[in-house]
Amino acid sequence: MARMKFLCDSERCIECNGCVTACKNANETEWGIQRRRVVTLDDGEIGKEVSISVACMHCSDAPCMAVCPTDCFYPTEDGLILHNKDTCIGCGYCLYACPFGAPQFPKQGAFGARGKMDKCTFCAGGPEEDPVIEEQKYGANRLREGKLPLCAEMCSTKALLAGDAADVADIFRERVVYRGHRNSAWSSVEHEASDAEQLAKSAADLAYDATQSV
Amino acid sequence: MMVKQSGHNHSAWMILLLVVLMALPVTAFAQESADARREAFQSMPGTQPDFWRDAMQGVSGRTQSNSPGADTLIMIEGERWREIRNQWISPGGAIALGGSLAAITLFYLLVGQVKLVHPRTGKRIERWTRWDRAIHWYVASLFIILGITGLSILYAKWFLMPILPTSVWGSVMNAAKNIHNYLGPLFALGVLAMIVKWFKHNFFTMVDLKWFAKGGGIVGKAHPSAGYLNGGEKVWYWVIVTVGLTVVVSGLVLDFPNFGQTRETMQLFLIIHAVASLILMAAAFGHIYIGTLGTEGAFEGMKTGYVDESWAKQHHDLWYEEVKHKSKQ
Ligand code: HEM
Ligand code: SF4
Ligand code: SF4
Ligand code: SF4
Repeated sequence: MARMKFLCDSERCIECNGCVTACKNANETEWGIQRRRVVTLDDGEIGKEVSISVACMHCSDAPCMAVCPTDCFYPTEDGLILHNKDTCIGCGYCLYACPFGAPQFPKQGAFGARGKMDKCTFCAGGPEEDPVIEEQKYGANRLREGKLPLCAEMCSTKALLAGDAADVADIFRERVVYRGHRNSAWSSVEHEASDAEQLAKSAADLAYDATQSV
Repeated sequence: MMVKQSGHNHSAWMILLLVVLMALPVTAFAQESADARREAFQSMPGTQPDFWRDAMQGVSGRTQSNSPGADTLIMIEGERWREIRNQWISPGGAIALGGSLAAITLFYLLVGQVKLVHPRTGKRIERWTRWDRAIHWYVASLFIILGITGLSILYAKWFLMPILPTSVWGSVMNAAKNIHNYLGPLFALGVLAMIVKWFKHNFFTMVDLKWFAKGGGIVGKAHPSAGYLNGGEKVWYWVIVTVGLTVVVSGLVLDFPNFGQTRETMQLFLIIHAVASLILMAAAFGHIYIGTLGTEGAFEGMKTGYVDESWAKQHHDLWYEEVKHKSKQ
């Protein structure tokens, strides 16, 4: 069984926000809703600046699902965490529990009351039979068409990868091996190569291991 | 006939308050965001140690997104909030409410209703004015509705969701949330009015000290003296002032998310709101019991505004004397 995951290779992300735009375009999300974002830490500090594209990570033991008062989340067989907007009450608990700030809320109604939660679906739509209604409510269902999420497909540097966790981890491991040492082609950052490489390798192993347990 | 005194019901209240307080576990611990770390490791590997240190401490960066908190890559407090709410508040609240009900039931079975010692004289004394009663029942009905809808948000997924079709479940919960969110501010007004209106009756005096010393009547045979309100009722008033206002203030913070509260602020106020409202509900069970089933003749006071002379003499002797004295003048 596939276990879908995102992976963002920080050595490659150039903070172009192409993924953000692609997402907005694929899903036509409401005004103010941005399912994906790029976060840059240590912005402008040479040698330290790192950018990462984040959206819902479709967590294994999803915190949002654990706290939702209406239990409107459900895991799919691909390991995605999707939700039902009909039962969502817009309480915001999922946002308070989510480590990645993924849930988004349109401001509806009086006094800033939140509307139905919206978040990245891994371009897999939501629980609606009718594809037209599904698209209106949850955005694109590219997975059904055999396509991967548009954000990853459009990524110009292929920093953002999406797909089966094992495949994605394999690609990344390969990169780590090729990038090898300091100042190699893709490594924009000068750092203690040994440390960082070791960390990257173990992270890749970890990512790989994680996929083996499902 | 065994002589029973009104003090019994107040001690019942004390007992269950104790149970509630003991049942609510203290939430003091720090837990690492292990799951967030694993997810992050898996989905953003290959970053430098410095970066990890920053990211795992919830350091903020820059982003083009305007969502509140979007500049933080990993919000580390979420994991702990989840644990406090799901592991502590949820079961703790159930224990507190269940314990309160159990204690009351036990008390009722052991001690029974506090009867009127002397037969009614038929002479009725005004105790609660129209205004008093209006405020009381306004606050009480909103409290019950807010309690039921609030508890639905906390617990209904465990017992209501399995038995309802998804669409019905969705409408029920949306109704519960909207009712809770819109009635909250109206409840706040009522509580404020109540606190102001009854403030003057609620200073503790030596009489109350003696009332407490006699355990509200459970220790010793003599019924301890009481004025217009007895010590137990004054404690309940101050519980409303402290815990009640905590519920109200925290509720209002949650109710208006449009003032740019951070996620961390909302987490904190949700914990405060849930804990305070659960304590208040557990205590309210005691108040409701004493005011209805627990004491013969008490409910009619708040219903009609008048109590029987015998009831007044038995439960609030000093007030009774005062009223009698005044009416003679
Ligand atoms: C001024 C009055 C009140 C206001 C403004 C208020 C507001 C709120 C809000 C905004 C929430 C979060 C749920 C959501 O956004 O959907 C909430 C939850 C809750 N409220 Fe209130 N509330 C008030 C009074 C009360 C009272 C009197 C009780 C109990 C008798 C109560 C019990 C609860 C409970 C149990 C929860 C669920 C907490 C959780 O799920 O962790 N509230 N309230
Ligand atoms: S997978 Fe789809 S919904 Fe999720 S961030 Fe990418 S484009 Fe947006
Ligand atoms: S919304 Fe947040 S907590 Fe839920 S699966 Fe997505 S990243 Fe994880
Ligand atoms: S906002 Fe909706 S999805 Fe999020 S916890 Fe509340 S009900 Fe669940």
